[in-house]
Order: sequence, then C-alpha cells, then structure tokens
Amino acid sequence: MKAEVKKTIEKYGNDKFRLMDILIDIQKENGYIPGEAITQIAEDFEMSEVDVEQTVSFYHFFSQKPTGKYAIFLNNSVVANMMGRAEVAATFMKELGIKFGEVTPDGSAGLFNTSCIGMNDQEPAAIINNRIFTRLTPFRVKEIVRDIREGKDVDEMNVQDWGDGENSSDLIRSVVSNNIRKIGPVLDRDFTAGQAIEKIIKLKPEEVIEEVKKSNMRGRGGAGFPTGLKWEFCRNAPGEKKYIFCNADEGEPGTFKDRVILTERPRLLFEGMVIAGYAVGASEGIVYVRYEYKYLEQHLEKILQQAREANYLGKNILGKKGFNFDIRIQFGAGAYVCGEESALIESAEGKRGEPRDRPPFPVEKGYHDMPTVVNNVETLCSVVKVILKGGEWYKSFGTNESTGTKLLSISGDCKFPGVYEVVWGFSVNDILDMVGAGKEDVQAVQVGGPSGALISPDEFNRTLGYEDLATGGSLIIIGKNRDILSGIVLNFMDFFIDESCGSCSTCRIVPTLMRNKLNKILNARGTQQDIDDLTEWGKILKASRCGLGQTAGNPILSSLKNFPALYEEKIQKNKSFDSGFDLNAAIKESAKATGRIPNF
Amino acid sequence: MSKPIIATTSLAGCFGCHMSVLDIDDRILELFELVEFNKSPINDIKKFTKKCDIGLIEGGCCNSENVHVLKDFREHCKILVSVGECAIMGGLPAMRNGIPIRECLEEAYLNGLTVVGNEERIIPNDPELPMLLDRVFPCHEVVKIDYFLPGCPPRADLIWDALVALISGDEMKLPYEVVKFD
Repeated sequence: MKAEVKKTIEKYGNDKFRLMDILIDIQKENGYIPGEAITQIAEDFEMSEVDVEQTVSFYHFFSQKPTGKYAIFLNNSVVANMMGRAEVAATFMKELGIKFGEVTPDGSAGLFNTSCIGMNDQEPAAIINNRIFTRLTPFRVKEIVRDIREGKDVDEMNVQDWGDGENSSDLIRSVVSNNIRKIGPVLDRDFTAGQAIEKIIKLKPEEVIEEVKKSNMRGRGGAGFPTGLKWEFCRNAPGEKKYIFCNADEGEPGTFKDRVILTERPRLLFEGMVIAGYAVGASEGIVYVRYEYKYLEQHLEKILQQAREANYLGKNILGKKGFNFDIRIQFGAGAYVCGEESALIESAEGKRGEPRDRPPFPVEKGYHDMPTVVNNVETLCSVVKVILKGGEWYKSFGTNESTGTKLLSISGDCKFPGVYEVVWGFSVNDILDMVGAGKEDVQAVQVGGPSGALISPDEFNRTLGYEDLATGGSLIIIGKNRDILSGIVLNFMDFFIDESCGSCSTCRIVPTLMRNKLNKILNARGTQQDIDDLTEWGKILKASRCGLGQTAGNPILSSLKNFPALYEEKIQKNKSFDSGFDLNAAIKESAKATGRIPNF
Repeated sequence: MSKPIIATTSLAGCFGCHMSVLDIDDRILELFELVEFNKSPINDIKKFTKKCDIGLIEGGCCNSENVHVLKDFREHCKILVSVGECAIMGGLPAMRNGIPIRECLEEAYLNGLTVVGNEERIIPNDPELPMLLDRVFPCHEVVKIDYFLPGCPPRADLIWDALVALISGDEMKLPYEVVKFD
C-alpha cells in the first residue's frame, strides 16, 4: 500500500494541490481509500491526517470503506423516479441480496444511491465502475447482476448498442445517447479546430475582449454575469499567473447539455479556453469535469493531445511569440456545490468544496490566489462563434438582455427529451410544442433545476431569458399523473440536504426543518401554521454564503407560491396547531431494546 | 387584579436554568410580590392546583414522563416559554440523537467500561420507569410553545426582563447582544 500511494503521489508531481487526482486513483485502485493511504498522504505532504480525511469524506464517490469490486451508483433523481427507478432499484436489491449503502458479503458488489448523473434523457441510469448504464429495466438489471457474478469486465457488460456519434468511438464506447434535437449556432458543425485561434492572434487581447463585450454575452451557468466584463476584470487584476477554468461540473439535476458538448464538441470548448487565455493573459487552463463524466476522460485527453500536436495548445501557439497556453482536466468526485465557482476552485486545489467568502472574487483571487476566470462550458463554446462571426452577429439572436442562444436540457414527461439549442426569448409553451408534450397533459414545468422555479400552466406563456425566466438550461416536464409534493419537491429537498457543504448554519439546518414540515403536511398532521412557517423560514436561507444555500428552500417556496392548493388540501382545517408528535412512534426502538410493551 | 400565576419545571435539563432564575438576586423578593407560584421546584408544589398564566420549561423531552409533564403544562398554562438551550434544541442530552437508542442503552448498562455487577445483563425495564424516547425532542416538537428564551443558561437579566414584559404586557427590549446569531 505504502509503495502504491508513493507512486501515485509522484505521478502527480508530489503536489499536494493535486490531492483530488491522487485520491481518485487510490479509490479506483482499491475500491475505497484505506486509512493507511490517508496516513501516508498526510506524512508525505506534511499535512495532518484530518486535513486529508476532510477532503475524502466530503465527496460522495470517495469512500473509507470498501465499495465492492463493482460499485453500483444508481441515480435517484426526480426523473429517474418518473422513468421507473423503483422497480430497477428493487431488482438490484433482490438480485444482489443487499440494501442501498451495503456491499455483498463476498465483497463483489456494492449498491449506492447517487444524485443526478446527467442522464436525465435516458433514465433510469447507473454508474458502475465509471461506466454508464442507461435506460435500465428490471430485465437489464438481472443481466448486469449475472455478469457481475461471472466476473465480467464492465466494458464487456455493455451488451446493448453503443450510443450515437462519438459515444460509439473507441475511446468512449458508451451506451449513452446524445439526443441532440435542435441545432443552433453553438452546436452546428460549422467549425474547424484552430480557425478562431488563427483569427485572434492577429488581434490584441483587448480587441478580443471588446468583441466579446460587444456580443453582450452572459455566462451560461445560470447566474448570467457578462462574459467580456469578467475577462476584463481578470486581465486588469494584478497577478503573476492567471488561470482559465472551464466549469464542467453540471450538477443541477436535469442538466446534461455539457455532457453532450464534451462528447461531440470538445474542440470547440478547448478553443474557447485558448481564446479566453489569450484575452486574459493566462497560460494555464483547467477543465473541471464532474466525476460522473469520467467515462469521457480518454476521449478528452486524446483531443487535447491532437490540439497540442497541431500547436493549438502549447508554446508560441501558431507561431505567436509568447502565447503559451495548455489545458488539463481536473475531475471532481461527486459534490453538487463544486459547481459554484469558488467551491470549484477549492476542490481543484485538493480541498473540500466549500464556497469561499466573496469578495475577493475569483477574477481577483482564484486558483492559487491568482486571478482566475471561471466560465461555463457553453459560454466558452459560444465565445468561439462570437470571434468567428462577430459580436454584432451574435447579438442578432435573442433579446436585448439575453443575446444569443441557449442550450436546454429537457427531460421528464415528453416525447423527445434531449438537448435543444434555442434562441433566447422562447416561451415555455413553444418549448412544450417542440418537445412533444401536450399542454393538457402537463401539470407543471421545473425551470432551472431544483434551485429554479416550478411553474404552473398559468405561466407557460413566460419567456426564457434573463428578463423573465433565467435558467441554466434544465427543464423538467411534469405530467398530470405525478404527485408534485411527494414525488418532486421532497426529492429536491433531500438533494439539497445531502449536498449542503455544511459551512453555513442556515443551509445546514433550515432545509432539514423545512423537509420535516413538508413530511408532516404529507402525513396529514400539518396546519396553516406550518405553511406560514415554511414561507417565513425560507427567507432565512438568503443569509447563506453561496447560491446552493440561498436557493435550498426553493423547491418548497416555489411550489407553495405556484401550487398553494397542493398544500392547503392536505392540512387540518379544524386545528390551529399540531406538533405532529406521536409518543408511540417516539418510543418504538426504545421499547424494543428494553423488551417493554408501552402502556400509555 | 389577582397576581399572575407562574409554574416551572425542569424536564431533560440540568436545573441550570432554574439556577439562573435564582440568579436574579434580590429581585426574587420583587418577583414574589409580582407573581404567585404554583407547580414548581422553587416552592416544591408537585401538582397543579389551578390554571396558571405562565409556564417556564427547562429541558427537552428525553422520556415519556417528560412528555406527560410537558403536556400537563400546556393544559394548565396560558403561555408556555421554552427556557434555555435544552428546551429549545434538545441541548446536551440531544448529543445521543445520532446514536441508536439500543446502542446507548447497551453502552450504559451492558458494555460500558464502568459497568459492574450486571451479571444478568439486564437493561432496566421496570414498568414503573419512564420509557426513554428514541431521541431527545425539543419542547416545541411536542406541544405549542409561545416564547423561547435562548442561552445556556439564559442570563438572569434576560429571564427577568422576559417575565416583566410578559406580566406587564410591555414589549421586551431585545438589544443586539441578545439576538445575535452566534
């Protein structure tokens, strides 16, 4: 073990900031991260063991206990449930003879829950030893378990057809489908690698920034900060080294557009990073990819290698003296909060993914305390088109506040789930038509994932854009027969509670209290007081440090606002207060332990 | 007008909050001028003899008896106040909430290092004993609580000010030091 750990540490240049990579390798090699490995890492890096352990314990794909030769992570997102996860989960449990969170006695397989893995358009899906298995059925699960018993390699277990496009290439070989349904300026194939780089090296960095500013482009991650301005801040910030980060940690349940870009248009993305590097004066780029997309690693590495060979990356790029830029891929290890830019930087430095206090913003003090730009995958891709066709051209799409196009990840109850590139300014109604969802069959649409808004048919005429319904691109369509409170809102609350980094007491505590109230209402013990409390308590969350904490109450607040009847019909009308306390339930375990029969 | 009637109790607490009540020093004489005490450890009245105006609750609910007492208080008092950390959040006793109750009992009566003599390996089960709850509950999760006085224990002045405000009906002064987050 000692030698193995030493070798891994050396592989990453004895750099303690590469702790994530070191841990990912150890986890992969052993199926868990043994205590001795933690001791060894702490010793080598002269850190305390708890410093290493806090990183290990933070990410849910790291485990301090064995996870089995085959570690099965079954997605438990809302859409997975809609698409029949319950039966799939039950079949896994029955066939393996274990519950979730357990490993079979012979150590062959472990079964775990995981939040949205970016496959919402092909659920139920699972990750087994970094391979993706989509559209699972009880039958398919039986096949998988049989293969596990036979000790088959996960690559051989993918017996279905490979997915479309690059998914079937030798370096990916995955059953994942792209489901690209509508192509616009970002997704179209009208691009050859190096095109935009050749153009920018003839320009001054300031001119590149000017062009991006002219396009009025705003960040595509959801917050919508103007991209050109961000670059300018970073360019002007003092610092001996600057960094470009691509945020490919799309963890918002229901989003999967970045996965499709990483699969089909990685050259476009990398070119966008080179442009950002040139504009800002950075020499290093890091793509922070969520661990769920680890199956794309070799594919991405190969394309980076091709770019280096063509001198699109490396030193004196395309003959431009002093223009040096290279990109490396940093994988996360399963933490939604790492999609927040400062948490992402912390994570890339090998630490817990806790958002930093801001200011200073990453453009002033980011990675290694140096000025850092963090841009979404889609933003960086759009930049290339702005450079090639001009800011004015880009501005010709969309609305005043929201220029250009937006990639939408659409899933749920519709005929054609998948990725759509639409011009900003679409109404929800237009989208429902486009994806094959009959309006009379749709009860609600979740716009922007759990942190966004749950809207009712009354609002389907609202438009997508920063002026009205801002979104990072996730739309989940909820059919008439779904139970919104128990099926969707409760799942989202569980998600936020699991994913809180625990730093702010507001986010650590209030969502749990709110979930308890919701459960009380679902158990027919709620009163008007509970509804009032939910509204009031939700406001406290605004005191949290990051977007996760601030929006962690939104599933309840938004459904309460737009679907008040769902709550009102479940509360007790004749009571002004009910604590929901049940003495018999509260002594159940204790009575068993003492062998007493309660007598109240 | 007759004097307001006060009742107090300590559930799963340490009596520290009651000590803090005594800490109002000589104002205790004034307090006895202002109010009448009913069920309370202060005068050792064990059972309610009449309806009360204010009930002060120290401690959360860790067993069935706490629940019965608390419900009794709710029935007899117009206003109930959770006094101190344990009543409001469960406090120190709630540290067991993360451990299954069976493990707690086994540690205390069977496997703990300080266990001696329990050859028959019995976890106390006499019917006379209150039954432990699976976890410690803050009071407001059992009955409606009207007011909360935070602190461990709440400072004597805070308790005094709150009582005076409740009795006089005047609004209580809440300076920043009293309501700050941590």
